Amino acid sequence: MDRSLNLLDEALGLDNGDSNPSETRLLLLIEDCVETSASFVLHHLIKRSLSPHSSALVVFVAFAQPFSHYDRILRKMGCNLVVQRDNKRFLFLDMLTLECPDGDGEKTCKGGLLDLYGKIQKAVEVSVLTGGTRSITIMIDDISLMEVAANGSSNHVLDFLHYCQTLTTEFGCSLVFLNHKDIYSSMERSTLILQMEYLAEVIIRAEPLATGLAPDVHGQLTVMNKGICDGPQTLQTKMCNFHFRIKENCVEYFYPGSRT
Amino acid sequence: MAATKTRSSSFSRNISVAPTSQVPGLKYGPNGTIFVSSGIPDLDKILGGGFSLGSLVMVMEDTEAPHHMLLLRNFMSQGLVHNQPLLYASPSREPRAFLGTLPNPILSKDDKSREHDIEQEKGLRIAWQYRKYFGEHQQNFEGQKDGKPEYCNDFDLRKPLERHFLSGQHIDCISLQGSQNLATFRDRCSAFLAQLPRFDGNITSAGRITIQSFCAPQCEYSNMEWEMLSFIRSLKSMVRSSNAVAVITFPPSLVSPSIAKRWQHLADTLLSVRAIPDEDKELANLLTGYQDMVGLLNVHKVARLNTQVPVILEATTFSMKLKKRRSLVLECLNQAPIDGSSGSSYGTSGGCSGSSKTGRLDF
Repeated sequence: MDRSLNLLDEALGLDNGDSNPSETRLLLLIEDCVETSASFVLHHLIKRSLSPHSSALVVFVAFAQPFSHYDRILRKMGCNLVVQRDNKRFLFLDMLTLECPDGDGEKTCKGGLLDLYGKIQKAVEVSVLTGGTRSITIMIDDISLMEVAANGSSNHVLDFLHYCQTLTTEFGCSLVFLNHKDIYSSMERSTLILQMEYLAEVIIRAEPLATGLAPDVHGQLTVMNKGICDGPQTLQTKMCNFHFRIKENCVEYFYPGSRT
Repeated sequence: MAATKTRSSSFSRNISVAPTSQVPGLKYGPNGTIFVSSGIPDLDKILGGGFSLGSLVMVMEDTEAPHHMLLLRNFMSQGLVHNQPLLYASPSREPRAFLGTLPNPILSKDDKSREHDIEQEKGLRIAWQYRKYFGEHQQNFEGQKDGKPEYCNDFDLRKPLERHFLSGQHIDCISLQGSQNLATFRDRCSAFLAQLPRFDGNITSAGRITIQSFCAPQCEYSNMEWEMLSFIRSLKSMVRSSNAVAVITFPPSLVSPSIAKRWQHLADTLLSVRAIPDEDKELANLLTGYQDMVGLLNVHKVARLNTQVPVILEATTFSMKLKKRRSLVLECLNQAPIDGSSGSSYGTSGGCSGSSKTGRLDF
């Protein structure tokens, strides 16, 4: 087994293997900023979910990058998305050109997202009917672009995300969303990011180092694990902070100053 | 930790081995990307080869100075020299007039500026055995010099582009002033990009889209922030699926801060330009060569298509200088160590493995 545990998996509580019940029914929110992109966390989670030991299904809603981009990256990490797609374990929904026209206002805007939800729901239902009790992960690679597609009505996006959350209770899916934190930092009170942060069980935040970026440290991750699913005895929030360095096929994680 | 360390990939693409493109103006980069030149040799070097095809480049303007035009002019000229289709949109009434201000390439024969570099290098007295390597390196970057057009030209900002580059080509000029919404503009862009579908095997040409001062107040849509965002998003997805590069300049102060952040997130490559004040005593003391500078260029983000590894540059701020008052060069700032020293000490001792240039390619 060359799958080494790293700090990120530990912080997420994924270190007990794939059949860990805490992996399911989870809303995981990834936040990043212009200086430091956190898309590598998504890649890591895709690879983990599609590992050959599990039979999990990943529904990937792409707003930011096309399939070829993810395919190339995951291939370098040792995971062939084309094969997984043919095996019906990876469902890629290309939403790069999703437009919700502003002409008719609310109705069409909601329509586009409703269609998307319908697709996701159908995929989940089919998977539950045929695949039995395998775990399902729904990933959205850029919530802020979903807002753009919905023409700025974050309420529709919130509705959509709430719908997705019903899937977690109904079918035991887990959700992984990526959003850009710095967009909302200048806003007075942004319901979208506040609600998402409230609902999320785990928040992963990627930031640059205060001293700037260096070739061997690409940034820092803060993982806040609210740990509610662990039971009543560990109700306190677990928080970890560590640095990372991204490589083509893996990411190195290390505590500040522990690097020689 | 140790396990992940040893598992470094055994197959890394050697760029010099990758086939050089037969089409002038295109260059193969890592991860299956193809570069086109930005028209500024130094900027190409900084970005690791140029702008990658399918990427969206955004330049944040200085509202009080036209430095972004320098970047645009070189970018457009370079495309025209390579006979690449061009779409240019600007908020002026007569966008075609701007083509008259494009700079002309300096012919490699009377290329004194490059000679000048080598001349300076001679001060080091390079042994003759090694001189051939030196030449080779230059050759590598410049592309095929003999006969065929170079990948990246030096441009003389004082000479207008020769007429024959402007005629008989596909140049589309659009004024952004008249249109009330962005739908027609989007259609023009998609029609332009439809001629350049993405072929992975055989690329014949690459298109360039240049949009100047996208959210300028003279455009009627400039208060429709979400429409503009949605336009940029759809332009990005269109460009991604075609053989083209889009460069958009915008004054970030004219849109609200959160929207400006969204724009920055949408950009694959994000640059910003800033003028420097004429008589700033403090800056003049801090920076060497302050008199020659015309402005500063910041590299905020470098496109990373098909890869997750970020490009970490050694320096992100560069000074823009006009060499001999005609060609634009970018240089690292030579400044007193204020931020720099603390930054390197934070990264643990001895951990600094090589420069960023190698770090970008070996994994």
